[in-house]
Amino acid sequence: MSDISAALAEALRLIGGMDAQLAQIVLLSVRVSLVAVTIAALVALPLGACLAIARFPGRQALVAILNALMGLPPVVVGLLIYLLLSRAGPLGEFGLLFTPTAMILAQAVLVTPIIAALSRQVIEDAWIEYEEQLRSLNAGTVAAARTLLWDARFALMTVVLAGFGRAAAEVGAVMIVGGNIDGVTRVMTTTIALETSKGDLPLALGLGMVLVAIIIGVNLLANVVKLTAQKRHG
Amino acid sequence: MSGYKILFKNIYLVLFLLWASQPQAQNKFIIVASTTSTEQSGLFKHLLPVYEKKSGVQVRVVALGTGQALDMARRGDADVVFVHDKEAEEKFIADGFSVRRFEVMVNDFVLVGPKADAAKLGGGQDIIAAYKKIAEAKAPFASRGDKSGTHAAEMRLWKAAGIDPQTGKGTWYRETGSSMGPTLNTASAMNAYAFTDRGTWLSFRNRGDLVIVVEGDQRLFNQYGVMLVNPAKHAHIKRELGQAFIDWVLAPEGQKTIAAYKIGNDQLFFPNAR
Repeated sequence: MSDISAALAEALRLIGGMDAQLAQIVLLSVRVSLVAVTIAALVALPLGACLAIARFPGRQALVAILNALMGLPPVVVGLLIYLLLSRAGPLGEFGLLFTPTAMILAQAVLVTPIIAALSRQVIEDAWIEYEEQLRSLNAGTVAAARTLLWDARFALMTVVLAGFGRAAAEVGAVMIVGGNIDGVTRVMTTTIALETSKGDLPLALGLGMVLVAIIIGVNLLANVVKLTAQKRHG
Repeated sequence: MSGYKILFKNIYLVLFLLWASQPQAQNKFIIVASTTSTEQSGLFKHLLPVYEKKSGVQVRVVALGTGQALDMARRGDADVVFVHDKEAEEKFIADGFSVRRFEVMVNDFVLVGPKADAAKLGGGQDIIAAYKKIAEAKAPFASRGDKSGTHAAEMRLWKAAGIDPQTGKGTWYRETGSSMGPTLNTASAMNAYAFTDRGTWLSFRNRGDLVIVVEGDQRLFNQYGVMLVNPAKHAHIKRELGQAFIDWVLAPEGQKTIAAYKIGNDQLFFPNAR
């Protein structure tokens, strides 16, 4: 119990006395995960919507695979991206390994199936409700997808936030492709892993609490945006 | 808007975001593959700022076990390796991945164990005798089991003691398959003996009942080497910047900076470049 209260005190101390180094780590974490989720959403939302509306052979199998990919192990994704970006790998030319860009790529790959699979379900439910109406307007798959994506935007926001949570909390992939380089690719989760290695458990747990506080902050902000928008659009 | 147009718009956006995520001012840097013992003991935090200020070149350290660090360099993902497993380093050179190995500094390993001393080692300096007693008493022993330099040193000593610890696997000999810190966390939780470098031990906070039980044996001496990855193997290796860093570490200024690093009153690394 004393360990946990020590961690709480450590967390408050860290937030209260936020130094430049911690601020940099926090900012990098948020930046990497936000960009990764944005990229994932740009790919996954249209994909999820099309999969919800279009009918083609093999669709059920594709849906099942997409759902399964929500459980992609981060370490495996990290290793895959590492081998791709490594100098000896196919994309080695670009020298992206051990940069924030590599971490963004890894998180985007990890989060895309989550957003795609969940949005597929959300849109499919909406499609069942509006199918006749949209068909009577002679809307094609793409037009219908756009209409439903807009219509379900608030539910989809929760989906995207789930993706953000996964990205920000992930450690296995960013450790491998980022290398946890001090001042360059060190983020909250890899710092926590490092401090755990050093046996400084209160500091590690304190950093963990700061991370949770950040994720809560992002979610609260998103909620405010949602409520404001809902009020305006009725 | 057609589906294709939307698709292309999104692809452009994705590419733009990736581009925008790149650091704007690409300053000069090298990547050094090194070991957790140098990173987690705090040596690099002490050493590198001195060099970076002087040279204007950023040194980016990726800290792994020695085996992993050498693998990373083999793939061309590091400019310089800074590790501590002479046999593996010589193999690295024999395979043509580096032209020359420079000795930089030494530190030493220690055997830590529970205060209660289940194997009745009773202190002392003889690491081989201690290993024999641990195996005899079947006292719990936490090993890294991760092909790191420390793990290689531990295995050499078991061999010298004429013991195959694999026979104790699942009973008293536990391989954690992780780096030094997590292995010490495991040892601390189960009151096991563990073989560690002194630097990681001194900066380790979660000791529980563990104390140093054997130290000072000549066989616990641990040599660090530094090598430039061979540009003939990987054309993009930063030869000048990497060699400049190596030269500085070996020069009096670098050597003095290494010697000046202390935790409390203990000096961790003893420079011995020739």
